[in-house]
Amino acid sequence: MSYRIIALAGLLLATPALADDVPLKPGPGVETVEANCAACHTTNYIRMNAPFLSPDTWKAEVTKMRVAFGLPIDDDVAKEIVAYLVAQYGAK
Amino acid sequence: MQRRAVLAGMGAVAASAPVAHAAQKPGWMSPLLPEGTRDAATLVRLPGKQPLIELTNRPPNYETPIDAYANAVTPNDRFFIRYHLAEIPDMDALKNWSLTIGGDAAERPLKLTMADLKKDFPQAEITAVCQCSGAQRGLFEPHVAGVEWGYGAMGNAVWRGVRLKDVLAKAGVKAGALEVWMGGADGPVMPATPPFRKSLPVALAQRDDVLLAFSMNGQPLPHLNGFPLRVIVPGWTGTYWIKHLTTLEISTKPLPNFWIQKAYRVPAGMFPVDLPFTSQNDNATWPITEMVVNSVVATPLDGAKVTRAGFTVRGVAWDRGHGIKSVEVSFDGGTSWKPAVLDKDLGKYAFRGFSIASGALPPGPCKVMARAVSNAGETQATTLLRNPAGYHRNLPQTLTVTVA
Repeated sequence: MSYRIIALAGLLLATPALADDVPLKPGPGVETVEANCAACHTTNYIRMNAPFLSPDTWKAEVTKMRVAFGLPIDDDVAKEIVAYLVAQYGAK
Repeated sequence: MQRRAVLAGMGAVAASAPVAHAAQKPGWMSPLLPEGTRDAATLVRLPGKQPLIELTNRPPNYETPIDAYANAVTPNDRFFIRYHLAEIPDMDALKNWSLTIGGDAAERPLKLTMADLKKDFPQAEITAVCQCSGAQRGLFEPHVAGVEWGYGAMGNAVWRGVRLKDVLAKAGVKAGALEVWMGGADGPVMPATPPFRKSLPVALAQRDDVLLAFSMNGQPLPHLNGFPLRVIVPGWTGTYWIKHLTTLEISTKPLPNFWIQKAYRVPAGMFPVDLPFTSQNDNATWPITEMVVNSVVATPLDGAKVTRAGFTVRGVAWDRGHGIKSVEVSFDGGTSWKPAVLDKDLGKYAFRGFSIASGALPPGPCKVMARAVSNAGETQATTLLRNPAGYHRNLPQTLTVTVA
């Protein structure tokens, strides 16, 4: 794992924008989203996929992160994340 | 998770790094892209690269600005970057790189260094398009979830390396071999996330033009384009072109992995293929494999202002390996079409450059379209072939310029 940490440092240096990702919109659940989603990927994935996903599709995305990618969260946290995504980045 | 500590520790590094300037916006992005994508995208210069359109930086997903396709060979420093998972070894870590070949259908498992590869095998070269399966996903209407690529998730390069079939032969392919499983040095942040692995039908892996490339346009592969070795699968979408290749397994079984069995699927039979990937097909869906015939106009840009003397349309066309027969361009929104001049043929898997002059034009808007036909007679779609993951969009590009 150690070389990967070094690799990560290299990537951080290589992409200055990483240090200043645009913050997500404020709203109930934003801290939960940042704490759980940003460990593996930039929250720009959320901004990029907006504003067109239906509540069901946002729910399916969070389910995919749990089931396919192993995001270790319980149902309540998942519900909070989905509610935030639907409210702030869902289909208009 | 260790990553928390890593990120915290990086704070000092990031703070002492050069301060990022206000985000620069790409010069042009398609108005068909989602509003959020156009808002989030920035123009960023990574080490060794010209400015690319950053969609995400972790994992890194950067597309090539459309004007690059005025040339049929895409320079290394403008070539797009696509990763699924954010743990990418740096160049120092990759210095200790080696390639392991094994699997239950390998006679003699072996390990090769770069020196072995260059010394023990004949070299081969091919010019071929590497296109992300999700290229143009962002132009789907209605939009679908994913990395919202515009036109720039592709490039064409001269790849040089060794033949995969020669490397497999060195390990010995047993009767009963079904697939070649491939893995790279990049990986997931969390151990529970499936590593990005893909496989090829053994018949394709033994085709003469499937390479393990260490060179791209005469230079070593750029770090984020797969240094030091990547798989080249001419005609197939980029998802099979494994970067930082470290493992090959010759197997009697279909690869059981999320990225081939759940992701990268298209509705069965929706798109033409010459070599079906039967060991990974199911009744409803097939793995995405061969590209579709397509074309992109690099210049002029949509929305440009031009003079009444007219302008020259330049772009590239490509398909899944039959080669391009013709490209037609319309200057009246698709009412009439004129044949473009095709550039030199760089090979059946390469971009085929094309151009055509509009001639003098009356003032006002001029709607330009382009469409390609392959040597197999395949044409670009006239209505979007919708599929859940947003793959294979090949509607003729339409752009409007203003003549004044």
